[in-house]
Amino acid sequence: MTTAGTTDASPLLEVAGLSVHHGQLQALHDVSIAVPAGQVHAMIGANGAGKSTLLRTIAGLHAPTAGSVRLDGRDITGLRPERRVAAGIALVPEGRRLFPSLSVEENLLVGASSRRTGEWSIDAIYDLFGWMRDRRRQRAAQLSGGEQQAVAIGRALAANPSVLLLDELSLGLAPVVVRRIYATLPQLAASGMTILLVEQDVSQALAVASHVHCLLEGRVTLAGPPAGLTGAQIEAAYFGVSAASNGNGDGSPPGTPASAGPASVAPAGSVPASSVPASSGPARQADQPPGVHI
Amino acid sequence: MTWVNAVIQGVMLGGLYALFACGLSLMFGVMKVINLAHGDLAMVAAYIALGVVTITHVPAVWSFVLVVPIFAALGYVLQRTLLQASLNRGVITTLLVTFGLSVVIENALQQFLSANSRELNIGSLVSDSFSIGSQITIAYLDLAILVVAVAVLLGLQYFLSSSRSGRMIRAVADDREAAQLSGINYRHVFGIATAIAFGTVALAGLAYGMYTQFDPTTGTTALLLYAFEAVVIGGLGSLWGTLAGGILLGVAQQVGAQYHAADQVLAGQLLFLIILVLRPQGITSRRELA
Amino acid sequence: MSAVGQDTQAAGGQHPRVAARGPAAGRVVTRSRRSALWAGLAAVVAIAILGYLPYLVFSDTTGLMVQFFQLLIMASMWNLLAGYAGLVSVGHQAFIGLGAYFVVLLAMHGLSPFTAIPIATAATGVVGLPVWWLVSRLRSGYFAITMWVIASVCMLIIIQISSLGSGTGIALSGLTQSPTLLAADTYWATLAVAVLAIAGIYALLRSRLGLALTAIRDDEAGAKSIGGRVGSVQRLVFLVTALGCGAAGAVYAIGQQFIVPTAAFDVSFTAEMIFITIIGGIGTIEGPIIGTIVFFILQQTLSADGTWYWIVLGLVAIAVAIWAPRGIWGLVSERFGIRLFPVGFYVWPAGEQPRRLLARSARP
Repeated sequence: MTTAGTTDASPLLEVAGLSVHHGQLQALHDVSIAVPAGQVHAMIGANGAGKSTLLRTIAGLHAPTAGSVRLDGRDITGLRPERRVAAGIALVPEGRRLFPSLSVEENLLVGASSRRTGEWSIDAIYDLFGWMRDRRRQRAAQLSGGEQQAVAIGRALAANPSVLLLDELSLGLAPVVVRRIYATLPQLAASGMTILLVEQDVSQALAVASHVHCLLEGRVTLAGPPAGLTGAQIEAAYFGVSAASNGNGDGSPPGTPASAGPASVAPAGSVPASSVPASSGPARQADQPPGVHI
Repeated sequence: MTWVNAVIQGVMLGGLYALFACGLSLMFGVMKVINLAHGDLAMVAAYIALGVVTITHVPAVWSFVLVVPIFAALGYVLQRTLLQASLNRGVITTLLVTFGLSVVIENALQQFLSANSRELNIGSLVSDSFSIGSQITIAYLDLAILVVAVAVLLGLQYFLSSSRSGRMIRAVADDREAAQLSGINYRHVFGIATAIAFGTVALAGLAYGMYTQFDPTTGTTALLLYAFEAVVIGGLGSLWGTLAGGILLGVAQQVGAQYHAADQVLAGQLLFLIILVLRPQGITSRRELA
Repeated sequence: MSAVGQDTQAAGGQHPRVAARGPAAGRVVTRSRRSALWAGLAAVVAIAILGYLPYLVFSDTTGLMVQFFQLLIMASMWNLLAGYAGLVSVGHQAFIGLGAYFVVLLAMHGLSPFTAIPIATAATGVVGLPVWWLVSRLRSGYFAITMWVIASVCMLIIIQISSLGSGTGIALSGLTQSPTLLAADTYWATLAVAVLAIAGIYALLRSRLGLALTAIRDDEAGAKSIGGRVGSVQRLVFLVTALGCGAAGAVYAIGQQFIVPTAAFDVSFTAEMIFITIIGGIGTIEGPIIGTIVFFILQQTLSADGTWYWIVLGLVAIAVAIWAPRGIWGLVSERFGIRLFPVGFYVWPAGEQPRRLLARSARP
């Protein structure tokens, strides 16, 4: 296994120069990431940084205004979402989005609509989530949030994807449930599945991912294996404040406040003012002061 | 006894209305759009049957063998082209396009087939009947239409709950985007749902043509509103509600007609408005109105 | 118009008609362009000429103009309802028929039909209230088709009333003028209703409510989520359209002089409103005006055969709705940047407010 995705010659999933607009608002600016086969990558970033937009664009729900998405070398930028599932990309959407009037089993069967073959039969999914087999006749709307999340993962697995996209698995779930859901990821990774997950809970993401990408206002501000990143770096990339010198390596764990005097805090230099739409330029910077807190 | 008879005749008529309503209900359930050309399409089916009978001399009763598949195919093609193009623009556009379609169909029928009243001639079957006691007479045709309606609803129910296509239709109706993410081409599923709806519309049009006289305006002046009223009275998302709605509408009309011949249609519409005020989600469904 | 929709918020706090300085950017926000000023002047001249028309032409010409204005009133009302409030109705013939029958009823009790117009209009608006209560919970297709049912119910009830002629119809009494004078009076009354209707819609859209309406038009869910009182705004618009269609029905009754339920409550009225609005350009004041002109020309050329007229109109409307949803006016205003009834705001970079007339649209 390679330690960093960037060193791999042929990534399974490759996003190059991706820009996405929601109406007049640009959600992603020239985003490039590469995920080698069999690795777990995590996207982190604040609310509205563009993480979900990135996953949804990879899944085909948004059409990019520039850039490309490639799967195993094949350009899939123009494919519809359902064709991408057939090509091997499955997304577990934010908020789970099960079919509420269908039973658990029917949800899984719909997930297998693309008829891709692989090890994830309905039975295999029942083996992964032990409780599910007994309750397969139950309507999805009657499940708890954590159970729904498991079914949503199962539904995506039923498509036997080569790349699994997971959007905010922890959203709205109790920590103990989140831990249980995340405990299944190593099993998936061990089966050779490539995973790109979006997570607001940075420590959770760092724990499971071999590689982390941080998004800030639609741009990648940091990328690398968790071990090589300092807390200050991550914090700077996450919040849009930069430490006086990148990679000073003070070794503070993620989540601790940056040991920064007034001089070390500056507006994110990675946001060139010229690329901000002219009509809203001055207002935008004034609206969003650099000092953000969770 | 005449009132009992009115109720029984109303139940029979309700089968016909349920047949009209289930296609409208299915399309609304899956695509969230009301097809305002629904009634006119039923009339097109009746006119096609008229043509089939004239050319092939098969009994009108058997014309469905040709007309229903033709209509299902027409439904699929129309959905994948015109209706999908309007859906891409939004719900309002789709309403306007189906309304335009309704006007075009009605006037085209009038232009090419004249405004004269027609009927599908089924010989003596239209008047054959049996009696229960001295007051109640049941026409075989009316009973047959009710049986067909129940059979169609049963078949549709079974198809939706048990087949792979039915499951995909329900999934798309629940959440179109999530269905796409599961590898379903929702446009194709829309096409299938519309094909089924058109098949039932064709059946309903044929039944109506055998039941009574029709002309190019029947689709808008009567059938569309009856179908819609049956759907609302019965409640959305329930095929059995649709049957119940159709039957309630039929009974209201027949009982109204007992009171005064001119009150037949008005009685049904007042029942619709009362249900709308008291129980807008219909009598069987707990779902919210779209 | 929608392209500058966002900027309307910025200027919303300022007095709407005064050019306001953008606080940060040093831009100029204006309500209108020169083209609107000229359009206003042209409108005054046009109304004056139109008002003088009965002295210049024969009554068959004014008769055609009466039809034209009726269509214009109805289409403008439907456009307000669907194009701004997002409510598609296929049952507004209900208010036309009611307006017509209210005039008949008032005339039966000795009122001059012309005096009856405002009263019949108000009465139709009053009926609009319970109708709105009934349909306000419904959306999209449900709303559209329930309105149709209501129109049908209104007709069926009137058919039951023998003193109103039942299903066979009734003549409008109280028209004692000479034919020439009657034609002129009818023309003036219809022109007055049309001018009031369009001026009223223009005033409504330029008022504070206009912003809310534009927001609903562009994104109903969004307008709701930012706390817009969508419901009360929609109710107001619905009642305005009930009034407008009631007035149109009132002048229709005077124009026809003999009212039949199936004609007064004909869904064809709504079909015309819809097709005119779509073809002219939905969601603009100018659209229905352009649409009515196009429609009227088509009617005069194709009316020899009524069915072909409807087939062509329906097909054109379908094509426009799908492939050119902004209609004729949308294409024209996009190409030339003209706006005759400015209800939005324009944002100019500082110092760049153009002095040319009919300036090309430079999207801010």
